[in-house]
Amino acid sequence: MILLRSGLKSFLIYLWSGWGAIASLMLFLAVWEWAGLYYGELILPNPRITFRTLAELIADGSAWQELTITARRALIGFGAALAVGSTLGLVAGLSMTASMMSRPIVTVLIGTPPIAWLVLALLWFGNGDGTPIFTVFVACMPIVFVGAMQGARTLDGQLGDVATAYRLPPLMRFTDIVLPHVVSYLFPAWIIALGISWKVVVMAELLASSDGVGAALAVSRSHLDTAATLAWITAVVGLLLAVEYLLLEPIKREIERWRVAV
Amino acid sequence: MTTAVHAPAHLEVRGLGHKFALQTILEAIDLDVTSGEVVALVGPSGCGKTTLLHLCVGLMPVRTGQIISSFNNPACMFQQPRLLPWKSTLDNIALGLKAAGTGRDERTRRARMLGLQTGLAHEDLGKFPHQLSGGMQSRVALARALAIMPDLLLLDEPFSALDIGLKAELYALLLHHLNTCSLGVLMITHDLMEAIRLSDTILVMAPSPGRIVHRFRIDLPAMQRDDAFVYKITAELLQDSAVRTSFRLAPIKSGLLTRQELPC
Repeated sequence: MILLRSGLKSFLIYLWSGWGAIASLMLFLAVWEWAGLYYGELILPNPRITFRTLAELIADGSAWQELTITARRALIGFGAALAVGSTLGLVAGLSMTASMMSRPIVTVLIGTPPIAWLVLALLWFGNGDGTPIFTVFVACMPIVFVGAMQGARTLDGQLGDVATAYRLPPLMRFTDIVLPHVVSYLFPAWIIALGISWKVVVMAELLASSDGVGAALAVSRSHLDTAATLAWITAVVGLLLAVEYLLLEPIKREIERWRVAV
Repeated sequence: MTTAVHAPAHLEVRGLGHKFALQTILEAIDLDVTSGEVVALVGPSGCGKTTLLHLCVGLMPVRTGQIISSFNNPACMFQQPRLLPWKSTLDNIALGLKAAGTGRDERTRRARMLGLQTGLAHEDLGKFPHQLSGGMQSRVALARALAIMPDLLLLDEPFSALDIGLKAELYALLLHHLNTCSLGVLMITHDLMEAIRLSDTILVMAPSPGRIVHRFRIDLPAMQRDDAFVYKITAELLQDSAVRTSFRLAPIKSGLLTRQELPC
């Protein structure tokens, strides 16, 4: 109960600290408005038109429909990358040989542009859900893998001795000694991977799918509908910001409280 | 001293040896610790004291010789506090209790009690290790060791990084605890006077290979030893040629020891 209350309190303090962020966002909107006036509505619709278009999209139900499709694809790919990357990374981190061998492979995977994977995925999976999901998976997995591997590699052997000396049972050894350390490396990697998954899925849909936000962007581009394009972009970015700052960042703060220097 | 009916527990080390690659770290170590007894291993740095203690704790497999222990609940203090950075002071103290399956309320109560006994303040109990000073962290490590109510305490120079005053205070806490519940202690130190102040049996070790070169018993109870007594015994021990060689001190010429030669 006390834990919950202190958690709520720190969450509220965190929200209050968001005023600075909101102020800078407002400044951004002002610059956008000014640029819109300068270039005209066809090139760059101003924020008011964009938000009105977005509201219309939400009102007629198409926004939620496309966003749900896109989110489902992104989350499946992201979830698979999380599971595979975390597991393989931990295993690789526990063995010196495995981590040495995996390093160049990871460099290759990270270095290959997502668009190249997308082309391959199109050839392999065609126009279905498989293409965006695979592209997201392949773009996110190496990043999660590296995070997990670093976490396992940097485990403190001295704390392992403490666990042995105080006769910690294997499960408690994992939950109390290994996990808190590894999570402090894994969680930031997960957050980065989520951002990447969201960007990559839209790109993949734009080129490979007939539904989802990416496909809607392709349609609005072909209609030269700049306002709708900006509305979709706003929806995608807004959703990512909301997830990251309202959900993930507070969780990260809570589990890494022991790191914060006071 | 003890009112228990069963025989006192016993740690028995016989013919213990240890090698890292081709280098012999320990050779033919024999020692005994009985409950209620404090045994100190004294020797210069690098003579294998820590290896010996790690073998007793079970952090390394015994390859030569044997270690037989009838103690059920040994606790260990390392050279550094080695607290878990992601646990609060209270949870760090309760670590061994949690491992033993003690319920949350009970272990929090005992951890709180021990934390306060070892001189931590109420507000320190909720802090994380990085928010505590070195001395406070050592107190937490001590409380963590005492929390499981050990019958054998293995100490690897746990307070060597602290200043003299703090060290004396923590050793006083330890002595007080030893007096109330009779437990066996095997402590490592490179400080001869510290060993004389606290222990019943002193084993002096010499390096390469690590071996015991001198055994010494003090019969006066630790609580009754004063500074004069400690100085006297230290001087006596330093007359011994095996002890002098172990600490690489020059052989005595006149037979009389000057004040400057006392280690501090």
